[in-house]
Amino acid sequence: MNNFFNYIDRPSPVHSLTGATKLTCLVLWTFAAMTTFDTRYLGFLIVLGIIAFAVSKIRFSDIRGTLLFTMGFMMLSAIMLFIFSPEHGVEIYGTRNVICDLPGKYALTKEQLFYQLNVILKYFASMPVVILFVSTTQPSEFAASLNRIGISYRIAYSVSIALRYIPDITKEYREISKANQARGIEMDSRKISLMSRLKNAAAIIFPLIMSSMDRIEIIANAMELRRFGEKPKRTWYSARPFRAGDYICMLLCACLLGITVILIKINGSRYYNPFV
Amino acid sequence: MKKTPVVTIVAVGIGAALFFVLSRFVAIPSPVPNTNISIQYGFLSFMAVLFGPVAAALMAFIGHALSDFSFGWGVWWSWVIASGVAGCVMGFAAKKVNLADGKFGGKEIVTFNVVQVIAHLVAWLAVAPVLDILIYAEPANKVFVQGLTAGVANIVTTAIVGTLLCFAYAKSRPAKGSLKKEN
Amino acid sequence: MDNESTAVVFEDFSFKYDAQSEPTLKNINLTVRRGEKIILAGPSGCGKSTLANCINGLVPFSYKGEMTGSVRIFGRQTSEMSIAELSRYVGTVLQDSDNQFIGLTVGEDISFAMENDCVDQDTMKARALNAAGEVGVADHILYSPQELSGGQKQRVSIAGVLVDEVPILLFDEPLANLDPATGKSAMVLIEKIRREKNAAVIIIEHRLEDALYCGADRIVLMNDGRITADLPPNEMLCSSYLNINRIREPLYITALKYAGVELKPEMKVSSVREIELCGEDKAKVVRWMESVPAPEKKPERETIVSLRNVSFTYATGKKALSDVSLDIKKGEMLSLVGKNGAGKSTLAKVICGFEDSTEGSILISGRDASEMSIKERAMHIGYVMQNPNSMLSKTMIADEVAWGLIARGMSKEQASKRSEEMLKVCGLYEYRNWPVGALSYGQKKRVTIASILVYDPEMIILDEPTAGQDLGHYTEIMEFLKDVNSRGVTILMITHDMHLMLEYCERSVVLLDGRIIADDKPENILTDRDIIEKAALKETSLYELAIKCGIDDAGGFVGTFINDDRRKRGHE
Ligand SMILES: Nc1ncnc2c1ncn2[C@@H]1O[C@H](COP(=O)(O)OP(=O)(O)OP(=O)(O)O)[C@@H](O)[C@H]1O
Ligand SMILES: Nc1ncnc2c1ncn2[C@@H]1O[C@H](COP(=O)(O)OP(=O)(O)OP(=O)(O)O)[C@@H](O)[C@H]1O
Ligand SMILES: [Mg+2]
Ligand SMILES: [Mg+2]
Repeated sequence: MNNFFNYIDRPSPVHSLTGATKLTCLVLWTFAAMTTFDTRYLGFLIVLGIIAFAVSKIRFSDIRGTLLFTMGFMMLSAIMLFIFSPEHGVEIYGTRNVICDLPGKYALTKEQLFYQLNVILKYFASMPVVILFVSTTQPSEFAASLNRIGISYRIAYSVSIALRYIPDITKEYREISKANQARGIEMDSRKISLMSRLKNAAAIIFPLIMSSMDRIEIIANAMELRRFGEKPKRTWYSARPFRAGDYICMLLCACLLGITVILIKINGSRYYNPFV
Repeated sequence: MKKTPVVTIVAVGIGAALFFVLSRFVAIPSPVPNTNISIQYGFLSFMAVLFGPVAAALMAFIGHALSDFSFGWGVWWSWVIASGVAGCVMGFAAKKVNLADGKFGGKEIVTFNVVQVIAHLVAWLAVAPVLDILIYAEPANKVFVQGLTAGVANIVTTAIVGTLLCFAYAKSRPAKGSLKKEN
Repeated sequence: MDNESTAVVFEDFSFKYDAQSEPTLKNINLTVRRGEKIILAGPSGCGKSTLANCINGLVPFSYKGEMTGSVRIFGRQTSEMSIAELSRYVGTVLQDSDNQFIGLTVGEDISFAMENDCVDQDTMKARALNAAGEVGVADHILYSPQELSGGQKQRVSIAGVLVDEVPILLFDEPLANLDPATGKSAMVLIEKIRREKNAAVIIIEHRLEDALYCGADRIVLMNDGRITADLPPNEMLCSSYLNINRIREPLYITALKYAGVELKPEMKVSSVREIELCGEDKAKVVRWMESVPAPEKKPERETIVSLRNVSFTYATGKKALSDVSLDIKKGEMLSLVGKNGAGKSTLAKVICGFEDSTEGSILISGRDASEMSIKERAMHIGYVMQNPNSMLSKTMIADEVAWGLIARGMSKEQASKRSEEMLKVCGLYEYRNWPVGALSYGQKKRVTIASILVYDPEMIILDEPTAGQDLGHYTEIMEFLKDVNSRGVTILMITHDMHLMLEYCERSVVLLDGRIIADDKPENILTDRDIIEKAALKETSLYELAIKCGIDDAGGFVGTFINDDRRKRGHE
């Protein structure tokens, strides 16, 4: 199976949901988690996410790589965040409780820490659904799902084509760049200047693009010859019927977003403010 | 190749796949987090000139979303949307520049680059930061600096890679009756 | 004249692509009936695919142009039908089995047409499974294209058109990328379908001998947009049309001609199994065999590449090479053969350092390859990939060839001087300022070879140098390689073409599931039933001919043919 989206084939309740459901839930859940800054609620979402994980039979070992990657990424942007606006927390929460002074204009404030804690929590709150979606949705069902949730089947099929040809194009790309290395053209080596690196990059992707142009023509012909786009709609071999579970999950995630909205009303803003 | 609707659909799919591959395997990290010196925008500008705004917007959006998914930490929607916008704006060069019949001279090069600069400015200095602030409530100065670095990096990449690709492609189309054996 | 049994009728049909100044098809007259099988052959660029596209509707729906005359499908003008409507009568299987496999799994791809017809899922799955069964991929229904061999992919494509129950089937070069045995079974499958569905079958193919494996009703030859001959196989093979149109005739026919046997249609010449030779003919063949002098032995030469117990496993866990040991001698011209997925390309990549062998040792002209970079190895061994398009990075031919040298730090002047010499050698000099896009496949192939030869490596590896080439380009490329080889360059060719292996190689290595199972003279390999079976090769028709003529030393007979053939073609 093409495994860029490391689909893990291990039957579970989560696997048995339709891709359409999971996609809807993904969107609802991420927006719920991204809009709220209510620490308590974020905590709740994280717990919920972990439960979902347990249900999906995805093992920690399956996702360690992604997790570590994300950690590193979060650390970086946390530092960034502090460097760029050490007072952002203060602006948000209106109070200023300094823990300790730092060199320059910098100072570590409770508010800033709390704000950054929330940012990190937001990642953890939204990460699980994405990982779940990616590792429990079969690529071949994905396009059908998009179409199911109302996206035109033509666009949905573009996505399917992308998923279909990513492995082939990757293989081709690797071969081409090897062939170029053999001819002495380096690309990602840090030695050479950015300019010539980009030039070489262009030289390497040019053949890739040319053969992709041929691909486009042939695939399009093959599709025309099998009546793609003749009718206003199409059915899907790999579509799966909605079951009770699907509706329940979507309802649940809708509620999650609802809660976010309600909390914003209650807190009077997206932030939960413990400092007043 | 005639641009039937099906051809465009396939172009979007293959374009997205290439966008994905380029951003996954050719990304050269820059000092600022989640911004890359990423040649996929050079490629995108080329496809945009060939296939127009809608197709370009879609292939950028899909390609970027897929690569975010495959990294696994979650989709950074604001930037995915920004990519789409960049593609869309670049696509307007298609009306002025016609690669298919092998013309990419000084005039076209200028048009192409003006459009791509506008596209990146709109995408990375307007769309991306604003969405970052709206969706993620990130501090303004951070997101604008990120946007600026990304924007500048992408403008440079596109100016070099994109122009080279268009130029090469145009040159590879023989103008009718231009071919003579020389001894 | 039309009745429900006449599937396709061309009448004084001509077609000109808008982009072209000359018509590509010139007053074509052709009639194909239901249940007929037609083989369409002709030099590259003569218009075969265009003709096929006029039947399936891609012309004029995807490729605009001017048409005169008429094409009728079951009595209806194609110009009055939509491409979708046509697709219910005409099923097309393209050469490129990768890019017409659109679905993410076998099941999806077979069902593609049904999905577009909004067939409900249960019916769809049932019909798909049924079609998969017909072509023998039923137990792969959940596989993704990356998990299938070229042959299986093609079977899926065939199933994909079978679900429509179409009465007309078009195959554009179905054999080009298949190993001989797979190609053979593809022809058997096509024949089975023709019989069961009483379909009209049109096969475009360069490999006439393989295409004739299950017989055919007519062979139609095209040249420069015209139909130059339209005869039943027996007459066609006895005529001189094949040679005139530069189509490669079956080997046994050539052998019989060399032996001075006079061929007549009533001898059933179209199949080596059924051909009827009288005693006197057989005697001629035997006498010929004795008359041909044996070739002089080549002296032993030093080894330039030597592999010892090399194994390789892909990241996916797929073990593609196991315990391969091989010595390649300087100045050799040898071929690497084996079924799809045997590991041929992988072996080439491992030798060139594109992939690092997991076990074993590789010596390149005495040095341990493990401490050589891809770049260093490339100085000794050049690798020409199967698809020239994935090697051409520059738009101008001269630049393309010079580029590698400049990247290696040679000055522009020197580089362009070297590359001009190279272009002269490769017969590309007069095209030096052409854009690569304007070249034919064969020419592109030579450009890639030139761009490798230009920093004269001791050895070059070519992956499928002649796949899908007509006899013209085939000879062009192979004679060129022979010439290169005669200047001392070792040549290793990966190929599915048994002709090539016989005609040009003095040694063949056979791979099976990543192991070397034979390493011998081609004539011995292609007459060894056991190896042929295992490695999915196809025994040469010369073998059967030898048996027919009561010659026991079949290997010797094939050897004789090769010597005589080389001599004769040498004199041409
Ligand atoms: N889309 C096109 N636009 C313009 N000319 C074309 C087009 N397709 C093919 N031609 C020209 O028409 C001629 C016949 O092409 P065609 O592909 O039918 O040859 P062919 O017999 O199939 O060759 P091969 O055996 O190499 O496939 C060639 O000279 C080619 O350059
Ligand atoms: N990049 C890759 N990753 C994983 N497996 C691969 C890769 N490339 C090839 N393989 C597998 O390794 C085996 C050998 O592949 P290879 O391409 O060497 O076969 P081949 O002999 O060249 O076949 P063909 O005649 O069709 O070209 C096949 O089973 C193939 O599926
Ligand atoms: Mg053709
Ligand atoms: Mg191969």
